[in-house]
Amino acid sequence: MKEMTLKERVHADLAYQWKQIKRNKVKYLFLAPYLILFIVFTVCPVVVSIYFSFTDFNMLEKPNFIGIKNYYRLFLADDLYIKALGNTLMFALITGPGGYLLSLLMAWFMNELPRAVRVVFTVLLYSPSLAGGMTNVFKIIFSSDAQGYLNAFLINYGFISVPIKWLENADYVVPIIIFTVLWGSLGTSFLSFIAGLQGIGKEYYEAGAMDGIRNRWQELWYITLPLMKPQMLFSAVISITGAFSIGAIITGLAGNPSVDYCAHTVMQHLEDYGTVRYEMGYSSSIATVLFLIMLGLNTAVQKLIKKIGR
Amino acid sequence: MKTKKKQHLIKKRLSRSRGGDVVMILALSVFTLIMMIPLIYAIGMSLKPANELWVFPPTILPQHPTLKNYKDLFSLMTDSWVPIQRYLFNSVFITAVGTFGHIILASMAAYVLSRYTFPGSRFIFSMIKGTLMFSGAVLAIPNYLVMNALNLTDSYMVYILPAFSNTLGLFLMKQFMDQMIPMSLLESAEIDGANDWVKFSQIVMPLVKPAWLTLIVFSVRDLWATGASPYVYTEQLKTLPYALSQIATGGVARAGVGAAISIILILVPLVVFILSQSNVMETMSTSGMKE
Repeated sequence: MKEMTLKERVHADLAYQWKQIKRNKVKYLFLAPYLILFIVFTVCPVVVSIYFSFTDFNMLEKPNFIGIKNYYRLFLADDLYIKALGNTLMFALITGPGGYLLSLLMAWFMNELPRAVRVVFTVLLYSPSLAGGMTNVFKIIFSSDAQGYLNAFLINYGFISVPIKWLENADYVVPIIIFTVLWGSLGTSFLSFIAGLQGIGKEYYEAGAMDGIRNRWQELWYITLPLMKPQMLFSAVISITGAFSIGAIITGLAGNPSVDYCAHTVMQHLEDYGTVRYEMGYSSSIATVLFLIMLGLNTAVQKLIKKIGR
Repeated sequence: MKTKKKQHLIKKRLSRSRGGDVVMILALSVFTLIMMIPLIYAIGMSLKPANELWVFPPTILPQHPTLKNYKDLFSLMTDSWVPIQRYLFNSVFITAVGTFGHIILASMAAYVLSRYTFPGSRFIFSMIKGTLMFSGAVLAIPNYLVMNALNLTDSYMVYILPAFSNTLGLFLMKQFMDQMIPMSLLESAEIDGANDWVKFSQIVMPLVKPAWLTLIVFSVRDLWATGASPYVYTEQLKTLPYALSQIATGGVARAGVGAAISIILILVPLVVFILSQSNVMETMSTSGMKE
């Protein structure tokens, strides 16, 4: 008797849903072109990646299911991967929050300037993020011979007498990469911060002044940042995602592999196994783990930001 | 009485230290200057004649500026197997088509997701929002396998189709529609018998002009930078950044031309950004994520 009611309820529910779907036909038609492409080029690759991470696919032979062997190899038998993971975390922890704070700080500094001046600063500070790393120019600036701009400058002013191999020395190449990444980090989130700050009504500050806000730090912490929370959440997502996918800039500046793998990141490791060695199964497991790290960290940071001003 | 109170408040607000203002503007200016050095150096290098490129000590600005590097760029490539005009056409074509399609498809999807709730709508949007949390680069390899299975490799489709379904664009468009389109406007159109297509194309699209200009800015930025793709083998289908990177690998001998390349690659998205800058700001003010 009970089962019947359950069955009936499920049936009734399904019938209702189906009716809803039929009633909303036009909406699905509007959604369909975008959604089909989204499923094919974003959802499918995620599924494919997870699936192949459990196989030994190499593009030539039929993939065999090998369980968690790839993951076993990844964490227990691939020292280079562990090194890449450490480097990726290091780069992400510096350039992620670094770029985020720089964007917020610069947007805040320019917030009360006249409109025309603000636009000029916005365009100037945003333009490096359009340069895609501009690695060929940075390579000349940091070139290892005396003609490299930095070497020539230092030699000319007597700081050094022998040119330094900036990009071939592990001690220098890592800071140079961080500098280059930060240089291009005032991008989409920077714009979001500027717009968010501009959108806060004057009345909030006036009310704050009445409630005893003493200086601009208090204003920032008690009024501005809590009202900016939506932009801060959005920018955090953009920054974290970017910070964990650093790879192309390193390949451009220091090559893949870099000297002694000193700057080797997970993205480069992925590129190596996926597009050079064609170990698709193994590279899929690299991609899947990176994917999970990005999702996990984003979720955690979202929770953290929601606590601001409380 | 009232104005007096207001003046008092404003005075209180402005009582923040003058020194703070100076420090902020100074820090902003110094930081901007540091950020500009590599760009100024690149511009200077692209305008230097060959005999100035490697003088010691090197200069930032050229003594006798010339456009020779830019001209060389074209003469170097015009005589090559695939002329530079072809690469240029490919980049312009995929940027234009990819951006146009993206705006139409993303706006249509954003419209129904913003205006209605229907079975699956919330789930679909949260899935799209979720993809902002990981980078598309992670999916490069499975993407190749999908393209291969669909027989799309080695065609313009490799560049264009994924750009159509860019998720940041849809997200920004939907947020803007959520906050900027008054429900009453659509409701009164419904009473007049307007169907969804009419509402979308004649009411919503003109209202969200700032949002689609923003989508143009971001889409042009990404597509114009599209370089070598591992899924395209035919030289005639490759893009300008790819061709330019081939020249730049000429090393120090091509340093001037290489710098000219960098400048050309920045200039196009920068001009598009400057032209629609105020609209982009309006859109980004709605970009926030709700809790």
